[in-house]
Amino acid sequence: MSSDVDLGRRHFLTVATTVTGTVGVVLATVPFISSWKPSARAQAVGAPVEVDISKIDPGSMVAIKWRGKAVWVLHRTPQMLATLGKIEDQLRDPFSNEAQQPAYAANQQRSIRAEFLVLLGVCTHLGCAPLEKFEPADSEMGAGWLGGFFCPCHGSKFDLSGRVYKGVPAPTNLVVPPHRYVGDATILIGNDSGVAA
Amino acid sequence: MVKNRWVGAIALGALILSSSSVAAGGPKMEAANNVLGNVRSLQRGARHFVNYCMGCHSAKYVRYNRLADDLQLSEQQVTDNLMFVGTKLLDTMNIAMDPLDAGRWFGQVPPDLSLIARAKGTDYVFNYLKGFYLDPERRNGTDNLFLPGASMPHVLWELQGLQKPVYEAIIDVNGSVHKVMVGFERVTEGLLNPEEFDQFVRDLTNFLEYISEPVKLERKKLGVRVLLFLLVFFLFSYLLKQEYWKDIK
Amino acid sequence: MKSERTPAFERVTDRMQALLVWIDARFPLSKMWREHISEYYAPKNFNFWYYFGSLAMLVLVLQIVTGIFLTMSYKPSAAEAFASVEYIMRDVNWGWLIRYMHSTGASAFFIVVYLHMFRAVLYGSYKKPRELLWLFGMLIYVALMAEAFFGYLLPWGQMSYWGAQVIVSLFGAIPFGIGEALVEWVRGDYFISDITLNRFFALHVIAVPFALVFLVIAHILALHEVGSNNPDGIEIKEHKDADGIPLDGIPFHPYYTVKDIMGVAVFLALFSAVVFFAPEMGGYFLEHANFEPANSLKTPEHIAPVWYFTPFYAILRAVPDKLLGVLLMGAAIVMLFILPWLDRSPVRSIRYRGWIFKLAVTLFAVSFVALGYLGMQPVSVAYTLAARFFSTIYFLFFLLMPFYTRWDRTKPVPDRVTFHG
Repeated sequence: MSSDVDLGRRHFLTVATTVTGTVGVVLATVPFISSWKPSARAQAVGAPVEVDISKIDPGSMVAIKWRGKAVWVLHRTPQMLATLGKIEDQLRDPFSNEAQQPAYAANQQRSIRAEFLVLLGVCTHLGCAPLEKFEPADSEMGAGWLGGFFCPCHGSKFDLSGRVYKGVPAPTNLVVPPHRYVGDATILIGNDSGVAA
Repeated sequence: MVKNRWVGAIALGALILSSSSVAAGGPKMEAANNVLGNVRSLQRGARHFVNYCMGCHSAKYVRYNRLADDLQLSEQQVTDNLMFVGTKLLDTMNIAMDPLDAGRWFGQVPPDLSLIARAKGTDYVFNYLKGFYLDPERRNGTDNLFLPGASMPHVLWELQGLQKPVYEAIIDVNGSVHKVMVGFERVTEGLLNPEEFDQFVRDLTNFLEYISEPVKLERKKLGVRVLLFLLVFFLFSYLLKQEYWKDIK
Repeated sequence: MKSERTPAFERVTDRMQALLVWIDARFPLSKMWREHISEYYAPKNFNFWYYFGSLAMLVLVLQIVTGIFLTMSYKPSAAEAFASVEYIMRDVNWGWLIRYMHSTGASAFFIVVYLHMFRAVLYGSYKKPRELLWLFGMLIYVALMAEAFFGYLLPWGQMSYWGAQVIVSLFGAIPFGIGEALVEWVRGDYFISDITLNRFFALHVIAVPFALVFLVIAHILALHEVGSNNPDGIEIKEHKDADGIPLDGIPFHPYYTVKDIMGVAVFLALFSAVVFFAPEMGGYFLEHANFEPANSLKTPEHIAPVWYFTPFYAILRAVPDKLLGVLLMGAAIVMLFILPWLDRSPVRSIRYRGWIFKLAVTLFAVSFVALGYLGMQPVSVAYTLAARFFSTIYFLFFLLMPFYTRWDRTKPVPDRVTFHG
């Protein structure tokens, strides 16, 4: 290397080329990384689903499939709703402080309209499907049971709003998926645009 | 060595030249002259496609919601104007016709048109749609200049009107006489005049080009930016190379 | 622009140094870096033709990366393959870009490899002691053709289907019933079917790429063992300084790394121009008929292989006999393999060869390109005659080489490389 080499220039050009090249490589990875995001077909298959709630009798529940998971729509009776206020001292997060639901469902009944509860049927412990135990004093659940959900895998218990009991393995309330009413008798699951918080 | 460069240059040049020649044949085609960037034309073409083609042909790789985005239509406009009852915005442009029925009715299953403009070229599509003429010997009463024996009937006859071929006797170098089709003669007027019909077919062709590769315009736009970036990278790398190669005497 | 040596910076570099020492005690990292990069001495007079080796490596990496991502959405079944390619083109985020990079990369691979091979012919890079280096290169070329052929079936378009049909049928030319049995065995069915597609997929994504990578490593190891040739075709190892470093050699890094990076920038610009503005390349990189799904009952009007196979396809068609055509096509490739033993010239580089060799190389290059053109055209009497003419030149270039390279009057070879700094 001869003495008339301008080391500053050489250093600058090395850095400039390296930086430009690195930026180029990083930019080139963007298409590859985003190719893993849900494709247009996956989005079409996972599109919001409409549920006709006029067909659900009070006290009963339907399960539909949305994005490969069970979504429950439970039509609660006044008696069922009345239980919600009685057990708050036994629950881990009675006031839905944790973000397990959209803001419009962060209330005691965890729903837009009190009668209709929309829940993801996936236990927040390890992903099992909890069972319906809506009868108060259910033979398996004991005399103090006011109705709710029971996960057979590890014994987690939830009330009729999907709120988790204290002292069970599940850490949080069941998830309320985004949803909204389309007209009076239809709920659209998976899309809540336009719902006031 | 200059000579070696020449050998390479000739080889490359010949390669490029050879790739630009395309085998021609068949009747002369007009240029479609459709403009992919013309959104209005694409919107009209989409409507024509749904009204006149989708009775029999699907475009099963095309999603309605993408159409809405690319053609600058609202979801409501697409739902109201381009979709059949019972289809959803995220669906593809499928049709309900049973392929077996279709085969019985037309002699063959009407092909999916998602890629027709890429497979055949826009000029072909444009000319094919204009190329139906009366031929009493055919089951559906017409034939096509660009696809002899076409099993597709002349769907656009009300718009274009009907035309019959004009023949001319041509004597070839061997002295034998051939009947050659030299043009068409209008038999009945259509609802559209010839200019309007050309525009109709051009819009339809434009739409078919769009659905054959929906990303085409976006791809070119991105390409400009990529090339500009590479130019900057080249400049730095060139200067860097020059800088280091000062050492080599 | 003096870099500041703060204590923190010193500490970091010390740590890095210690890590390197730790690794070097267990794996020859520094040693490999020195042997193959920083202390690999390459002749300083490389010209334009010497970019294509590193570019071929770049394209190999591009093909592997884009290929891996394509397999994530592609379905290797006759029922789903065509639709899954359109799914990639339309529904997968950026799928179109990844697919166009891969389809353009296939043609780019052959362009750089053909230029790389032609460079070897110009400067006699296959001559002793680089015969094995050339043979590894030829094996890479054959593997690449296999890779391209298997890959071309995967989109399951009309050209995919009928191209595979024609090429697989070539084996049928072998007499005594062996050919027919072989064709059936290759297809695994009585026609090109789902079964064939599935095995071609396996070969395209696993078997041949493995072989390619292995061969490329062997090619580079052989190169670094004997050292690079150069446009003067002389050995730089014959003149070394006191430290044993060739006087006309320069360390690969930084001099050829910066030069190759510049080459990469130019290549990527050309590559991107095709990917973004002409991915079909007028029907030569992506054939129009391949946008129609495979139909085993209807042959496209005009079928031709992709451009990189057409020189050999033209030779095949030039022969009126099926078996002979296939044999001659095979021979066209065998000729390239035995090239090192056909060339009897005392000099390597075309710079110091006489007019006969220069003429021969020019005729050969013209014939190869002409055959490539003819292989794309529909059959006609004139084209067949032309194909015979150029096939003859192609073979004469090799068959007469032992003679004309000896008769040719060579010029005196310089002692040291010519370099205009």
